[in-house]
Amino acid sequence: MINGEFLLEVKDLSTYFFTDEGIVKAVDGVSFKLSSGESLGILGESGCGKSVTALSIMRLVQPPGKIISGEILFKGEDLLKKPEEEMRQIRGNKISMIFQDPMTSLNPVFTIGDQIIEAIILHQGLDKRSAKKKAIEMLELVRIPEAEKRINDYPHQFSGGMRQRVMIAMALSCNPSILIADEPTTALDVTIQAQILELIKLLRKEFQMSTILITHDMGIVAEYCDNVLVMYAGKVVEYADLKTIFKHSAHPYTIGLLESVPRLDVRRERLNAIEGQPPDLVALPNYCYYAERCPYRTKECLEQIPELVEIEKGHLVRCIHGEKIRR
Amino acid sequence: MDNNDILLEVRNLKKYFPIKRGIVFSRHVGDVKAVDNISFNIRKGETLGLVGESGCGKSTVARVIIRLLEPTDGEIIFEGKDITKIPQNELRKLRRDMQIIFQDPYSALNPRMTVSEIIGEPLEVHKVVNNSKEKQKRIQELLELVGLAPYHANRYPHEFSGGQRQRIGIARALALNPKFIVADEPTSALDVSVRAQIINLMQDLQKEFGLTYLFISHDLSVIRHICDRILVMYLGKLVEIAPNEELYSSPLHPYTQALLSAVPIPDPEVLGKRKKVILLGDVPSPVNPPSGCRFHPRCPYVMDVCSKVEPQLKEIKKGHFTACHLH
Repeated sequence: MINGEFLLEVKDLSTYFFTDEGIVKAVDGVSFKLSSGESLGILGESGCGKSVTALSIMRLVQPPGKIISGEILFKGEDLLKKPEEEMRQIRGNKISMIFQDPMTSLNPVFTIGDQIIEAIILHQGLDKRSAKKKAIEMLELVRIPEAEKRINDYPHQFSGGMRQRVMIAMALSCNPSILIADEPTTALDVTIQAQILELIKLLRKEFQMSTILITHDMGIVAEYCDNVLVMYAGKVVEYADLKTIFKHSAHPYTIGLLESVPRLDVRRERLNAIEGQPPDLVALPNYCYYAERCPYRTKECLEQIPELVEIEKGHLVRCIHGEKIRR
Repeated sequence: MDNNDILLEVRNLKKYFPIKRGIVFSRHVGDVKAVDNISFNIRKGETLGLVGESGCGKSTVARVIIRLLEPTDGEIIFEGKDITKIPQNELRKLRRDMQIIFQDPYSALNPRMTVSEIIGEPLEVHKVVNNSKEKQKRIQELLELVGLAPYHANRYPHEFSGGQRQRIGIARALALNPKFIVADEPTSALDVSVRAQIINLMQDLQKEFGLTYLFISHDLSVIRHICDRILVMYLGKLVEIAPNEELYSSPLHPYTQALLSAVPIPDPEVLGKRKKVILLGDVPSPVNPPSGCRFHPRCPYVMDVCSKVEPQLKEIKKGHFTACHLH
């Protein structure tokens, strides 16, 4: 990873949820950097904290959730210290986000046009006519056929893939420098998934935009990301560039994931399944969170929560045996 | 092929869902042709994969085959008997031999029943156990078989994780020693690290009990891993039937080719070597499917004949069928 100017720098971010059952450490000391034009992948299973990390950057965490500590430096300024007024200018304008389910992110009682135009007027201060022109341009950009006509349609008149395109059009309408995509294709079919991901890739180049792609799919990461952050139970367990993650992964969880997913190009006799299930976030152990499922576990693993250490340049791993088991 | 090898044969199966207008004097205004004239067979002990995108009719096939839905037309021959003609009261006997595992383990289990009641119910209904001692013994056996502990028997479904719930669903399906199991997207709702466990479990059970599976999924990687032969479905029609290796090494139908190329592969090194076919547009509505070949509006190789004549399934190589005018 390159040093120097970073567009976004997340330092030691912790977001906890104060529930009746106890404190859920959804995000616990997460740090990463995003440079201009980079595509970062955040990989993890449900409950690992990847979506909460994204919401924290946008400062959209709802109670009982709360950002406990950390810094989110966007172009050097800490977003967590900004008043809500200023944050509203950044959200959508500088950093945009698209969500997994495009149906629930759109308001069903307003037309697609109303919703995009509203965002453009609000953020760019254009008058209604030029905002409409811009909205049509954006819809054409995301390849919605007959955009001029379809701008008057309601969300239910669009298919899932089309709705996600509308969301992308809306998110990009203010030329953000960062697009955060939280499982943007999980609700979509494979052929539509390919369309949407190729579109995001194309637009990223066109707009010189950085993206944070949140997913549980190793395949998507492999095809669309430069760097990868692997999360498990609220913590970063491995962080490196794409090739290192796939060829020289050093955390047992990353290795486990790579070996357990069925692949299209190679057929294996039997999958190397990871045993057990992710830990209960309310009752986390005071040793390595992955130890219970780990095939490399030793006595030492049950004595401490391991630190994230740099085992080689730009390759961070949270495992005391990381150097030994590096592939 | 020896006829004795065939466990289930589907002939010209149709399932239309009528569309009605008006409340008092409802008129029949059209049909959703969810399954439109498909034929195939399943051999004893094999795993037949059925793959397609949402809305292609694959789940309807599953439900019609075990007669949770009544077919509109066609024959389903199970062990030499046409089960579409069997009266309701004889169906119960049939259900001993064919069972289903559902996609969503959260909604497939009654939240008010304990695990032992869930698994015990089929045993009682079919009177395969004589007393409660025998029943408890069988429940314990089944729990052990799917990798759950005896003490789980008295718990309720909400106390389990997704993977464990799917194990309960599998135990229930196995309770009556069926010959044939329809698995409708059994791993789609599960986390990546748990998916492999369930796939392995299903493979182990198949070996142990000589089960025959109809495995339905939209995930081509999972299908690739587990199936012997594969059916590809598009808008209510079968477009390709082929043995596993054959389908993945030389797919014939343009839809299959696009589907395969759209799956991201978790290996950055494979990336440059693959040709991506990105399909345009969405899956059309099954109410008013395109004329001729249903795939023609999205097909990259479309010819004049495609919109006029409906292609029939043809055997191109031994065991490899496709319905496409190119072949």
